Amino acid sequence: MEYTVVDGEDRGDLVLYALSTCRWCNLTKELLQSLNVKFRYIYADLLQPDELDQILIEVERFNPAGSFPTLVINGKDVIIGYKEKEIRKVLG
Amino acid sequence: MKIDEPSIEEIDALEEVLENEASSHGYSLSPDREAVRALVKGVIVNTRRYGYPSCPCRLSTGKKEDDLDIICPCDYRDADVIAYGACYCSLYVSEAVKSGREEIQPIPERRPPRTARAKKAAAVAGGFSLPVLRCKVCGYLCARENPPEKCPICGVSKERFERFA
Repeated sequence: MEYTVVDGEDRGDLVLYALSTCRWCNLTKELLQSLNVKFRYIYADLLQPDELDQILIEVERFNPAGSFPTLVINGKDVIIGYKEKEIRKVLG
Repeated sequence: MKIDEPSIEEIDALEEVLENEASSHGYSLSPDREAVRALVKGVIVNTRRYGYPSCPCRLSTGKKEDDLDIICPCDYRDADVIAYGACYCSLYVSEAVKSGREEIQPIPERRPPRTARAKKAAAVAGGFSLPVLRCKVCGYLCARENPPEKCPICGVSKERFERFA
């Protein structure tokens, strides 16, 4: 699975599941960049069907609605949607 | 899957169409012009990819019959505009948000998860001489055998109707 890694301060494993067309996803990505934290992201809408299935199962494990953006922190905590305050609180 | 970037002219054109449709049907587009243009661009990209203008903030399946509820304007728009001041994407907003009196609240996903999305059989109530059909986008009701080609109120296609009674 091809994640794009964005360099920054290491604050644990931050994984952003996103859609390339989604404005909230884009805002979340920009916010993480502005916070200068290291994270990796993947655009679900650009995946091949078999990869997509795998990613959706992953996303739904943390977010049963299967919506985007879903930000998973260290494989346990999750922030669903562009929740600026929450993201700043956790990573700011 | 590489899709050509929509041009400025294409975005301008669709933005104008949506703006006109919204204002003539009692809806408002977001006052955040940049947001509107980003979302319009996403709608154009999805139209090219899938053949229908599905919601840019949701994952499309590529099968139109499975995504009818998220073709923009989606079935969930009105309820989210009322509850959160904006549709899931924030393309459409309430009057209060448009005029700056209120701010958009974070909008949780209202669409059922994919496992629960199995088609609901329309409940059939008795007592009418004709089926009552409902536009799932704007709520328009009509009593006839088949839905109109296009909703006369909001203009969506006939596949967006459900049997209501």
